[in-house]
Amino acid sequence: MTVEAREARQPYLLLSPAMVAVTLLLLVPLAFIVVYSFWLRTATGADQAGFFLDNWREALSDAFYRDILLNTLKIAAITTLVCAIMGYPAAYVIARSRGNKAVLLLLLMLPFWISYIIRTMSWINILGASGAINSALMWLGITDAPIQMLYNEASVILGLVHFLLPFMILNIYVSLDGIDTTLEDAACSLGATRWRTFLEVTLPLSLPGLAAGGLLAFVLGAGTYITPIVLGGPTDAMFANLVFEAIITQLNWPLGSALSLMLLAVLGALVLLYNHFLGMGQLMKGLG
Amino acid sequence: MGWHLLRGWTVLVYLFMFLPILVVVLLSFNASQFGSFPMTGLSFRWFIELAENEAILRAFRTSIVLGLLTSVISTTIGVLASLALVRYNVPARNAISTLLIAPILVPEVVLAVALLLFLNALSVNKSFGLLLAGHVIFTLPFVILVVQARLVGIRRDVEEAAMSLGASPVQTFFQVTLPLLAPAVFAGMLFAFTISFDDITGTLFWKPGGVETVPTQIFAMLRNSISPEINALGTVMIFLTAGLPLVGIAIARRLALKRGG
Repeated sequence: MTVEAREARQPYLLLSPAMVAVTLLLLVPLAFIVVYSFWLRTATGADQAGFFLDNWREALSDAFYRDILLNTLKIAAITTLVCAIMGYPAAYVIARSRGNKAVLLLLLMLPFWISYIIRTMSWINILGASGAINSALMWLGITDAPIQMLYNEASVILGLVHFLLPFMILNIYVSLDGIDTTLEDAACSLGATRWRTFLEVTLPLSLPGLAAGGLLAFVLGAGTYITPIVLGGPTDAMFANLVFEAIITQLNWPLGSALSLMLLAVLGALVLLYNHFLGMGQLMKGLG
Repeated sequence: MGWHLLRGWTVLVYLFMFLPILVVVLLSFNASQFGSFPMTGLSFRWFIELAENEAILRAFRTSIVLGLLTSVISTTIGVLASLALVRYNVPARNAISTLLIAPILVPEVVLAVALLLFLNALSVNKSFGLLLAGHVIFTLPFVILVVQARLVGIRRDVEEAAMSLGASPVQTFFQVTLPLLAPAVFAGMLFAFTISFDDITGTLFWKPGGVETVPTQIFAMLRNSISPEINALGTVMIFLTAGLPLVGIAIARRLALKRGG
């Protein structure tokens, strides 16, 4: 073999383990559950191969699944909005601060390293019946009995915001940090007020980061399994909980496949839409 | 005026991110038998109980072995792929990149279900192997992103110089490229380990009965009752997963400084 031919083959050799892994452990399994979702779990517990629409009919027409899907999307949307409102000003301060920028950035990275389950359960210490807030209120004599603050939709959203806020801030920061500040100076020197400069120069230029953070927050929020169990009440199940229920508890794998694919379709459509308009580049910047 | 308001807001946002975590650490030293407020005094009793809890120690061992294996496999595969993507003119690079980061874009529950059911159809039951495969595919995209970002900064001409001075490609790789790659490899391994160590959703689907990792053990403890040991366990985890990367960053910095001169 010539040297050139070996050179040309090299990148494929290097890429092949990763490509094989992604193909065998992600693509083929996804294709497999597409097929599986048309099978039928019979009363005896065995799967009947074939082309049955029963699972899809159940997943798409049952009001129970539809309501939880809509509620999941609603929770994800509120979470994303709250993250954006809380995160944008913070990202702006980090991007424009001089002295303590490095410290603020390092602190921003810390939550990514702290276990998600611990960050989630930490709110029990704050909101629980004997948590920080109730203890303080009772000590101050404002209330005699603890106020129920946990195990409802609001505490689920709070936990999700706590989990996803660093993703949002980081993505907005990356975008704000890349803006050429002379553009802002130019707008100011041409007579624009600082607020107007922000609205017409800074904000539009930072929208890609806001969109990337928003996409991440929404997709990760809508796919959550743990938070509703730890911080939610019995009626606060989200869609991933249904999937787990179908697969692990009821062992109805064909139905579980259909439900998984439903979630994938909804969130995947968002990712594709994002990719179409903005491309994956911005998202990669925030993740890398 | 406006800037002060923004700074105040930012302080509040940071407090929101860190206060609950600080409360976990604070309560883990609580002497009270309920482990909640009010604090009755400082004590290490929950850490001692933790060290004597056989289930938790087992979970730690499982998590560490799983994390190490995941990080070695994932980083090896990831570094090779990153080299190809950064160093060569690969046709359809964008399509390949997107494919390789696809595991991040698929919701974790869906990834977990697909892998579980597919491998089950191949008669691979829930096992440590399945858990490992899952963690590898889940961490691979993060490794590739981190390693690629580091690789871009390494200059090629050093390798070309070695080659032109008569080093073989293999020699060049081991004596020039690999040492230059070390910080990237290190960062990838650390990242993969941390993600694997923290993973819970996929792990709950893949783990065999009776096997617990630290996060699933905490999850199981939470469902029973909020035992004060959980805060102590949380504190240990915080120091491990936040302290470890901090030390890692310091080492990587030092390595880079030494090489950069």
